[in-house]
Amino acid sequence: MIATDLLTNYFPIVVFLVIATGLSMLMVGVSFLAAKQKPDTEKISAYECGFEAFADARMKFDVRFYLVSILFIIFDLEVAFLFPWAITLGKIGLYGFWSMMVFLGVLTVGFIYEWRKGALDWE
Amino acid sequence: MIKSFITPELMPAFPEISLAIAAMLILLFGISRKEEDYNSVSNLSMLALAAVFMTLCKFCTETATTFNGMFIADAFGAFMKALVVTGSFVSIMLAAKYVERQRIMRFEYPILILFATLGMMLMISANDLIALYMGLEMQSLPLYVLAAMQRDTVRSTEAGLKYFVLGALSSGMLLYGASLIYGYTGATGFDAISTALAGHPAGLGIIVGMVLLLSGLAFKISAVPFHMWTPDVYEGAPTSVTAFFAIAPKLAALALLTRTFMGPFGHLADQWRQVVVVISVASMVLGSVAAIGQNNIKRLLAYSSIGNMGYALVGLAAASPAGVQAIMIYAAIYMVMTIGAFAVVLMMKQKDRMVEQISDLSGLGDRQPLLALAMTIMMFSMAGIPPLAGFFGKLFIFQAAIGSGLYTLAVLGVLASVIGAYYYLRIIKVMYFETAGDDVIDKASDGRLNLLLGISSALIVLFIVFPGPLLTSAADAAQSLFK
Repeated sequence: MIATDLLTNYFPIVVFLVIATGLSMLMVGVSFLAAKQKPDTEKISAYECGFEAFADARMKFDVRFYLVSILFIIFDLEVAFLFPWAITLGKIGLYGFWSMMVFLGVLTVGFIYEWRKGALDWE
Repeated sequence: MIKSFITPELMPAFPEISLAIAAMLILLFGISRKEEDYNSVSNLSMLALAAVFMTLCKFCTETATTFNGMFIADAFGAFMKALVVTGSFVSIMLAAKYVERQRIMRFEYPILILFATLGMMLMISANDLIALYMGLEMQSLPLYVLAAMQRDTVRSTEAGLKYFVLGALSSGMLLYGASLIYGYTGATGFDAISTALAGHPAGLGIIVGMVLLLSGLAFKISAVPFHMWTPDVYEGAPTSVTAFFAIAPKLAALALLTRTFMGPFGHLADQWRQVVVVISVASMVLGSVAAIGQNNIKRLLAYSSIGNMGYALVGLAAASPAGVQAIMIYAAIYMVMTIGAFAVVLMMKQKDRMVEQISDLSGLGDRQPLLALAMTIMMFSMAGIPPLAGFFGKLFIFQAAIGSGLYTLAVLGVLASVIGAYYYLRIIKVMYFETAGDDVIDKASDGRLNLLLGISSALIVLFIVFPGPLLTSAADAAQSLFK
C-alpha cells in the first residue's frame, strides 16, 4: 500500500495544522469572550502611529510597477526552468540542450521587443 | 526513459515551426523600424500565412505523429488548418482600411493574428491533453489582446477584460476535466486514453471529467449555455477583430472538439451524445430567437455564429464519418459566409464614423445594387435557402443526424433554422424596402473588401455547380479520424 505510506508521511503536517488552527482560534476566541468591550468613536477610529490617518489607504500608484513585476516574472520563471535543465543536462542529451536554447531564443525575441518598445525605461 | 530524448521527427510539424519562426522574425522586423510600419508588417504576415498554406498539404494524405505522440498531422488536420490559415489571411486583408480609419494601426495587430493562428494550428493537431491546453492558451492570449486593441474606448477594453476573465474560467473548467481524465485513465495522450477507455463501461469520474472538458471547449465555440460573452465581445471589439473572432478561432475549436470526442472519447459516444445534443439544440434555438431583437449588426452576427455552432454540433452528435464530413463542409461554408457578411459591415461608414446599426443599411438596394445583391446572397445562404451553399451545409448536417437515428434533433434543427430565417430576411427587407437618409457605404473603401465580397459571393452561388472538390476532400479528411 504505497498510497497509505505516502499519506502517513504527511501525518505530522496534519497534526501541525490541527494545533495551529486550534491554538489561534482559542486565542482569538478567549480574548473575544473574556475581555470587556465598550467601543466608542475614538476607540474604533483608524489611526496611524498614534495620529489621525493622513490619507486614504487606497491611494493611486504608478501602473508601471505592474509592468515591471510582470516582466520580472517572465525571467523569474526562466530561471525556474533553467535549474532542473542544468542539473539533468547529462541525461537529456543534445535534444534537451537545444530545446532550452529554442526556449531562450523565443524569450530573447520577447526581450528585444520589450526593450525597443521602451517598456524598461523609467524616464 | 532515455529513448524519449531522442530528437523527434520535426517534419510533421513543419508548417507550425515555419509559422513560429516567421512570426518572430516579423516581430523583430516590426520593432526594428523607426516608425510604426503597419503596412509592411501586414503584407509580410500575409505572405507568411500564404507560404504556410502551401506547406500544409505535405501531410494531407498520410497520418504522422511526433513529439512522443503529442502532435498529430493528418488529413483532417490539414483540411481544418487550411481553413484556419485562409481565415487568418483574409482577416488581415479585411482589417487593412479599418485599422487605419480607427487609428489602431499598430504593427502588433497582424503579428498577434499570426501567433493566434499558430495556437489554432497546434489545437487542431493536438493529440494529448497537455498539447491541447497549450494550443488553446496560445490561441486565446493573443485574442484577448486583440479584443482590447482599441485601448482608448471603454467598450473595447471592456470586451477584452470580459473575454479574458470568462476565458480563464473556461480554461479552469477544462483543466479540471483534464485532471480528472488523467486521474482515472493514468494518461494524457489521446491514444493511451482511448486504450484505457476501450472495452469496459466508463466510471463516473471519467464522465464528469469528459463533461467538464466539453464545457471548456463549448465556451470556445460559444455554444449555449457558455455563450454569454459572445455578443458583448463581438460588439465591443473593433469590427475587424470581430471578423477574425467569428472566422478562425471558431473553426479551430470545432476541429479540436471533433478530434477529442471522436478520438479518445469515441468509445463513450453514448455518454457524451446527450450532452452534445442538449448544447446543440440550445445553441440553435437561442441563436435564432435572441437574434430577432438585435439592432446592432455585430451583435446579430454574434447570435448568428452561436446558432451556426449549434448546427455544427449536430454533426458531432451524429458521431459518424458522415457527421465529421458534414462538420467540415459546414465549417468551410460558414467561413465563406462570415467573410462576406463582415466585408459588408466593414464598408459601412457615415461621416468618418463607423456605423453598425441594421437600420443604417436601409435603402442600400437602390444606391448600391451590386453590394446589396452580395449581402442578399450571404443572408439567403445563412438562412439556408437553396440553391445557395448554406443550404447544403445544413442539408449534410441533418442527413448525418438522420443517418445516426437522431430524428428529433434533426427536426428541431430545421425548426430553429426556420425561425432564424426571419432575422436574415429582415436585413434583406431593410436593404430593399426601406428608404432612409444618408449613404452609409464608404465610396472610397478598400478595393480588397470588394474583391473578398465578390469571391465569397461567387463561391456561395457556384457551390451547387462545383461541389466536388470540397465534398471529396472533406470525405477523405473525415476518414483519417476513423482508422
